[in-house]
Parts: sequence; structure tokens; C-alpha cells
Amino acid sequence: MRFTFEVLVTLKHGLADPQGKAVEASLPALGFTDVSDVHVGRHVRLDVEAPNEPEARTQVKEIARRLLSNPVIEDFRVLESSAPEGGA
Amino acid sequence: MTVGTPRVGVITFPGSLDDGDALRAIEIMGGEGVALWHADHDLQGVDAVILPGGFSYGDYLRCGAIAGHAPILDDVRVFADRGGPVLGICNGFQILCEAGLLPGALIRNASLRFICRDVFLRVETSQTPVTGELVPGEVIEIPVKHGEGQYIATSEQLRAIEDEGLVVFRYADRTGVVGEGSNPNGSLDAIAGVRNEAGNVVGLMPHPEHAVDPDVGPTGGQPLFAALLASALAGARA
Repeated sequence: MRFTFEVLVTLKHGLADPQGKAVEASLPALGFTDVSDVHVGRHVRLDVEAPNEPEARTQVKEIARRLLSNPVIEDFRVLESSAPEGGA
Repeated sequence: MTVGTPRVGVITFPGSLDDGDALRAIEIMGGEGVALWHADHDLQGVDAVILPGGFSYGDYLRCGAIAGHAPILDDVRVFADRGGPVLGICNGFQILCEAGLLPGALIRNASLRFICRDVFLRVETSQTPVTGELVPGEVIEIPVKHGEGQYIATSEQLRAIEDEGLVVFRYADRTGVVGEGSNPNGSLDAIAGVRNEAGNVVGLMPHPEHAVDPDVGPTGGQPLFAALLASALAGARA
């Protein structure tokens, strides 16, 4: 079965996030003056072929740990997968 | 066979830019440059390895992330574990961090701007294959050119890096004083380069390979290459 996953990668708390800062700094010019703590991360969507959801999820976690994120500076979250396609 | 001339390999990844300059710097300084390919499992028996600057895989995902899993990195890891000298420059530094061969990580410059200019570096240790001809406190001038050179680590990692003396170079002014004004990218503790615990793997953001020819700028890269060739030769004879 094919399972679709989404992985969110974000900078660890407390680390410098120059991209988030730049976005935050640009908001007052758009009229948003009450926004703070802006952070920019990465969103990855992928399909995995596996016998069942737990096995697919295990693979995705390994992919996220070894390649999609850098454990030195980033955390990741594997979001809920969607139901298998085609209802097979 | 190495007979007096150390052989230094330079790995080309898809998107490497400074492999040519690194090979040229090796030759200018009296070594033999050996072109290596990222997809090969073959270091061709070289005495030292350089991972050059550039934008491997277009910096996709994170700088150096995909190259950090290239086939030849397995061989670099074995070579490094045996004590072989390994130098990562700019993107090569990012690749070594991503591969876990060096501590820390490199992110977007604090200014969000790409920086291309000559900087001064204060040498922090002689105990590496590239600083053996320098003394701590000495200042060298070489260029930086990067958009993602801000060195960061978690506070525990940073403490370990400092406590174990793993910092090799810090951004400084021409007199060797470290301060905010001389830190081009916001790196923690003004760190420009680090080494591994064994001391044989070194990475730095500035470009010593662009600073060996007096006709085109500062020559602060010369002592680094001279030391690298000397340690490569020592390794070859061992």
C-alpha cells in the first residue's frame, strides 16, 4: 500500500533563525505590528510503499532523521499520513 | 608511490566550484593535485583530501546535506578514522558537518547577505594538519565568499567545542582582536573553522585556496597549504 506523509522540519528553539527574523522584520511594513516569534522551517511531502502504516512511518522517521533534518540544529515532526490511495 | 611529493586529492561534487583553484593551489605550493569524483569509492591512494567550495546539489535541502551522503564520503570517513588529513573549505566544511565528521552546523549569514571580501583570521591552535606552521594568536588574511557561513551549535556542543580546544580559526581584526565588527556572518564565538577531536579533520568557511598567488590578492592561504603538504608527506612516509 502507498502512504502519504508530511514532514515538518524546524530549527531547534533558541538557535538563531535569520530567515524568521527577516520575515518578522518585514511585517510592520504590511501593517502587521503585533507579530513576534516568527520561524521559517521546511515542509516535505513523500509517498512510501509499505505493507502497513507503522512500517511506512518507521521509514519516514528514519529518512527525516538521516537526511531531511540536521539533528544538530533541527527538530522534525512526522504528520498524520493520509489513507492509502485507491481504497485497495 | 610517494617520493617526496605529497599527493592531495580534491573531490568534485555536482556543483563544486573551487575544485580547480584547490588543485592549482596544491601545485603552486609544490604538491601533486589529484582530481577525485564524488560517485567513486576511490581516494586513489592520496595522502590528504580536500573537499572544496561551491554549491553541491544547488544547496538543496541544506548546504552540504546531499553531498554528505555521497559514496566517496564512506572512503573519506575511513581515511579520517585512520588519521589521514582532511580539509573542508566553505561548502566542503558544510559537507563535513553534515556528514558528522565535524561538530556544529552552518546556517544563513546573520545579515542575510552573501559576503565576498578578504577577512582576517586569528589562529587558535597549531595542532591541525593546516596550522602546523602557524602559532596561536597569529593572524592571516584570506577571503570569504558565502551566504550560509554562520557557525552555530547548541550551547552544550559549543561548550564542548571550546573546552576541548576544537576552534581552529576565529574572525578577527588585523591585530587579532575578536569583536562584533570583524565577525562577517554572526558565527558563534566568531568561529571561522573547527577541527575534530583527533585533530586531523579541519573545516573552515574562508578560502585559503584563493590566497596563495601574490598576483591576485592576499597570500594567507600559503602557510595552510604548506602545512597540509607537510603533514600529507609525513603521513605518506609513516
